[in-house]
Amino acid sequence: MSVQTPNGFELDTSGKRVVVDPVTRIEGHMRCEVNLDENNVIRNAVSTGTMWRGLEVILRGRDPRDAWAFTERICGVCTGTHALTSVRAVEDALGIQIPENANSIRNIMQLTLQAHDHLVHFYHLHALDWVDVVSALKADPKATSALAQSISDWPLSSPGYFRDVQNRIKRFVESGQLGPFTNGYWGNPAYKLPPEANLMAVTHYLEALDFQKEIVKIHTIYGGKNPHPNWLVGGVPCAINVHEAGAVGAVNMERLNLVSSIIDRTIEFIDKVYLPDLMAIASFYKDWTYGGGLSSQSVLSYGDIPDRANDSSAENQMLPRGAIINGNLAEIHDVDLRDPEQIQEFVTHSWFSYEDESRGLHPWDGVTNPNFVLGPNTKGSKTRIQEIDENAKYSWIKAPRWRGHAMEVGPLARWVIGYAQGNPEFKEPVEKVLTDLQLPVEALFSTLGRTAARGLEGSWAAHKMRYFQDKLMASLKAGDSNTANVDKWDPKTWPKQAKGVGTTEAPRGALGHWVVIEDGKIQNYQAVVPTTWNGSPRDPAGNIGAFEAALMNTPVAKAEEPLEILRTLHSFDPCLACSTHVMSPDGDELTRVKVR
Amino acid sequence: MATTETFYEVMRRQGITRRSFLKFCSLTATALGLEPVFASRIAQAMETKPRTPVLWLHGLECTCCSESFIRSAHPLVSDVVLSMISLDYDDTIMVSAGHQAEAILEDVRTKYKGNYILAVEGNPPLNQDGMSCIIGGRPFVEQLKEVAADCKAVISWGSCASWGCVQAAHPNPTQATPVHKVITDKPIIKVPGCPPIAEVMTGVITYMLTFDRIPELDRQGRPKMFYGQRIHDKCYRRPHFDAGQFVEDWDDEGARKGYCLYKMGCKGPTTYNACSTVRWNNGVSFPIQSGHGCIGCSEDGFWDKGSFYHHVTNTHGFGIEANADKVGIAAAGTVGAAITAHAAASAIQRIKQRSGEHHEENDKA
Repeated sequence: MSVQTPNGFELDTSGKRVVVDPVTRIEGHMRCEVNLDENNVIRNAVSTGTMWRGLEVILRGRDPRDAWAFTERICGVCTGTHALTSVRAVEDALGIQIPENANSIRNIMQLTLQAHDHLVHFYHLHALDWVDVVSALKADPKATSALAQSISDWPLSSPGYFRDVQNRIKRFVESGQLGPFTNGYWGNPAYKLPPEANLMAVTHYLEALDFQKEIVKIHTIYGGKNPHPNWLVGGVPCAINVHEAGAVGAVNMERLNLVSSIIDRTIEFIDKVYLPDLMAIASFYKDWTYGGGLSSQSVLSYGDIPDRANDSSAENQMLPRGAIINGNLAEIHDVDLRDPEQIQEFVTHSWFSYEDESRGLHPWDGVTNPNFVLGPNTKGSKTRIQEIDENAKYSWIKAPRWRGHAMEVGPLARWVIGYAQGNPEFKEPVEKVLTDLQLPVEALFSTLGRTAARGLEGSWAAHKMRYFQDKLMASLKAGDSNTANVDKWDPKTWPKQAKGVGTTEAPRGALGHWVVIEDGKIQNYQAVVPTTWNGSPRDPAGNIGAFEAALMNTPVAKAEEPLEILRTLHSFDPCLACSTHVMSPDGDELTRVKVR
Repeated sequence: MATTETFYEVMRRQGITRRSFLKFCSLTATALGLEPVFASRIAQAMETKPRTPVLWLHGLECTCCSESFIRSAHPLVSDVVLSMISLDYDDTIMVSAGHQAEAILEDVRTKYKGNYILAVEGNPPLNQDGMSCIIGGRPFVEQLKEVAADCKAVISWGSCASWGCVQAAHPNPTQATPVHKVITDKPIIKVPGCPPIAEVMTGVITYMLTFDRIPELDRQGRPKMFYGQRIHDKCYRRPHFDAGQFVEDWDDEGARKGYCLYKMGCKGPTTYNACSTVRWNNGVSFPIQSGHGCIGCSEDGFWDKGSFYHHVTNTHGFGIEANADKVGIAAAGTVGAAITAHAAASAIQRIKQRSGEHHEENDKA
């Protein structure tokens, strides 16, 4: 029995059901169930957010200047992006302008996150979906060296170097204690790399693990620590002093040089290790064209990285803003986060209730009433779910829609929109990848396309860090060292009531915070985050979300090993703590919560 | 079992000579305030110890603890994971998923009964029948209790596991509950912070592996070696506090000169952590050094103690006309009194502790 969804997918639940819970190598907790047909092809996919924290309720009645710290704790992986979104929302509400230097430093911090997060995602959360660690033991170190040197002039590439790493992995495997590699899917026929490429990738897995901690030192310099650096409504908390006595107590020439050197090393690592590895791995998986899902039809981006301070126009954003629907790349729609008709959230299939669940609500009017109930076709019990019933409520994630459309957000969405706009910063690198791999443009709309877009964006972000650090230095040279505007720091200067919206493009996609301030306190706070978009359950019309769509029609080599499922889910870099924290501005509704 | 790489071999592989290795051991002993004889014990442990299994569970959290952990510079996290411990379960980095992942927990529980460490990031929610955090179709709290049953000791990573942290802030909609309120029959080491400092995390683990015991804990269950002093006690801006030189406004003259952030709400005077000494990300900086006050993220209930920008004591609201000197003296006086009171309280706590010594029994993990 099959059902056609309005967004064009044929769902068939008659085949064998496979459950993956927990889905690992993601942030937070999620579950995935699929139905396989007789040829082991996925014909129905169900994505369930399995955690919920309720941060918006906690924010009620707090000082809006503190909100960044609370919302930053929505996620420690995309650390800082919620904080930046939050200070932007509060500044929008209160009409606070920030200094140019603060804009540059914020952008450097946001780009640092992009570069770091994409790198760690690729090697430590995603690579082992493509790379077989055990196969690396069979590699010839000389051939590995030749391969590495043929794709990059990164200096750590001698046969001896690869031999040392191989011996280390050998000792590790022989110890019988495989640690995080225990029960992996080693030897699965879906792994396609030759042993030499596997050894190169495993070696860089370890190198990237050592290097990633360097990138985030930029957060430490400007924000005091990472994860969870400090932010400030009105600017940035770090004062700059490059000329005078006391400079050692502030951001001074030595600190600025340290940032600059980290930027150079980040650019070098991404361009000489990450991108060449990505291309090498992709070249062995060109035939694996699955996982496109919604990317070829509906993508959304709010835009980010404002070139100049205090200008939220689309033209001023270096990452593009816009929406593409029905696969029409020739038309980019404007996106307005204040328009009640555009972004709406539905809960028919989420563990929340509305008075009228056939309708969606704009975040300004958002209601969240927790309602953990399972459908009649659930197998198992309320606290022992064996198989979930997706015809009923089945996720802690709400279903956001843009003008009724399920949308994909994230690096691929941004790069598709940038490409469709003809912006050379996006179009040229995409065309180069396609030419180098001899692939048509359609290849972009796939799991691999998503992974490639993330890599290109990592490089883009690293180079843009250089742009903003240079801009900051030019500003200092011109005599401006301001980093904060305190005109409206005192709540006495605020209007009695104010509303604001803040956005960023988090590494995983479009992120928005909506705040209402009353009498100096938060009266209402709502966040709609990237994994809410991508991981959303179905809506009343039956549209499936981006995760579910991307899994559809993918063949699985071994039904008992969910390698291909993980591969496609990981390509979105799911962040469940983000997606499922969402809670009502109306705390009264929590009376339903049962205390055990 | 085939030979596995030991600490010593890791160090040798990194080009460290045996002579330097022994020197490192004696410096470690000195740094930890131990008799010289301990140096040889450290050396022996590092040369011979096999890897202890660690099962790292995740409840309601934001993964900042894991992200912090992988930033460790000494030891490098790659060495911790490949050569020091056997990180057999950690949803954030483990390769396997679903049934294959869950099977590992069973295997380790059986094979290493009483000999593995349970590390917990995040906490279990008890509302919604525990189903606001579902693992393998079941409430996380069940998984936590099962894995805890056979462990040697529990490490509560971060403020979520230690205290509850942000999801437990008022009104705690999911009834997020710290680990020690659910697991009551095992030694628990709290390593609070949002997140804890990377090198403090790896420092606690390597201490336990080296000495085969849990570190000495304070009354709240935190390792004294890293949580025994307040940020304020060792803050490099402390002389400005003592001199009454304060930042009065963001980006003012005082901010640019690195004056004390007390009046901007810094919680350094009431926060026990190693930020002002170990610092962050291999010693690069810490919040105060980068211009923002401490928000007290390693303290119990720090989210519910008023705005991060309010004074520790309620002495805010200085007139605009008051000059820096006047304000400085007034503030220093108030805080001075608060700190004296605190010192007395600490002394009383110490006396109580000495007479009780009730967590001594927990020291043998």
